[in-house]
Amino acid sequence: MPAAAAYVLGLADDALVYAQRLGEWISRGPQIEEDMALANVGLDLLGQARALLTRVGELDGTDRSEDDLAYFRDEREFRNVHLVEQERAGFGFEMARLLWFSSYQCELYAALRASSDAVLAGVAEKALKEVDYHRDHATQWVLRLGDGTPESHERMQQGLVEVLPYLAELFDDDPTSVAAAESGLGVLPSSLHDSAVAHVTRVVAEATLELPTETKWRSRGGRDGVHSRPMGYLLAEMQHLARSHPGAQW
Amino acid sequence: MSAESSPKTWPLWEVFVRGKRGLSHVHVGSLHAPDATMALRNARDVYTRRQEGVSLWVVRAADITASSPDERGSFFDPAGDKVYRHPTFYDVPDDVEYL
Repeated sequence: MPAAAAYVLGLADDALVYAQRLGEWISRGPQIEEDMALANVGLDLLGQARALLTRVGELDGTDRSEDDLAYFRDEREFRNVHLVEQERAGFGFEMARLLWFSSYQCELYAALRASSDAVLAGVAEKALKEVDYHRDHATQWVLRLGDGTPESHERMQQGLVEVLPYLAELFDDDPTSVAAAESGLGVLPSSLHDSAVAHVTRVVAEATLELPTETKWRSRGGRDGVHSRPMGYLLAEMQHLARSHPGAQW
Repeated sequence: MSAESSPKTWPLWEVFVRGKRGLSHVHVGSLHAPDATMALRNARDVYTRRQEGVSLWVVRAADITASSPDERGSFFDPAGDKVYRHPTFYDVPDDVEYL
């Protein structure tokens, strides 16, 4: 697969897989209003994934559709980072994950508006408004939970600790990203690091929480198709209908 | 945990949406939220998913003083036979377009 297509596929898979995870919150949120909010975030990401996957099918010359790419690839062909495939855990974990991922995406899409690929630049322009709202949603919750009751503070702090090992991978300059950045189509993930961290740091401080920095291990390999245990289960659930009934339509 | 220190449910908020500039805000429903800021965000997610509005108001339901159904008679019935309060006793000239 050409570097341009592989790069866009990484962005698409991050959005697709996280959309699938966020959909799991429907009927599991603290209130139905929050089910709705997280489902909306997931649907925004799904919309981004659809546009990006369609572009991948054009860039790699295979002419595969968004559905071909979403439902008929196997685990090793997915290029998403480990952060988004991790199982749904507590609400504190989810808000920590959403705060980090949306902060990363805000910087990513802001930069990609200048992409040499007109389609990618267009998707970024539209998506930026969406992820800006996702970041605001996570920010509001981290502030309230961090600066809430002793228990909510403790759980939110725990959430920040739990996502830590998965963050470095978001900002890794893998060979595909380097090639895409050199061609003007993509951006170097490492160039997004400082601004994303700055936002999270500000929120965490205001929420009277502490940003953990010490971690004994870190995730690797997502961009090379090497995933963690939860990924297979996620794909089984996401893909089984399309594979059991090929060509099924509403 | 006592009910005061840890309420299990969030307070109720009434939501008003303005469909477009120039129109007034219209009540569209209610929702639960822990505070006003989150109520506004929940309202955005629940009531403006399909571009229904350009402006949102939220008001804590407990802060609304409503007329009581028991008082409906004394509140509203006396207006029933006062037709002279309706502006129907004027002749409007044909060429007055906006009145």
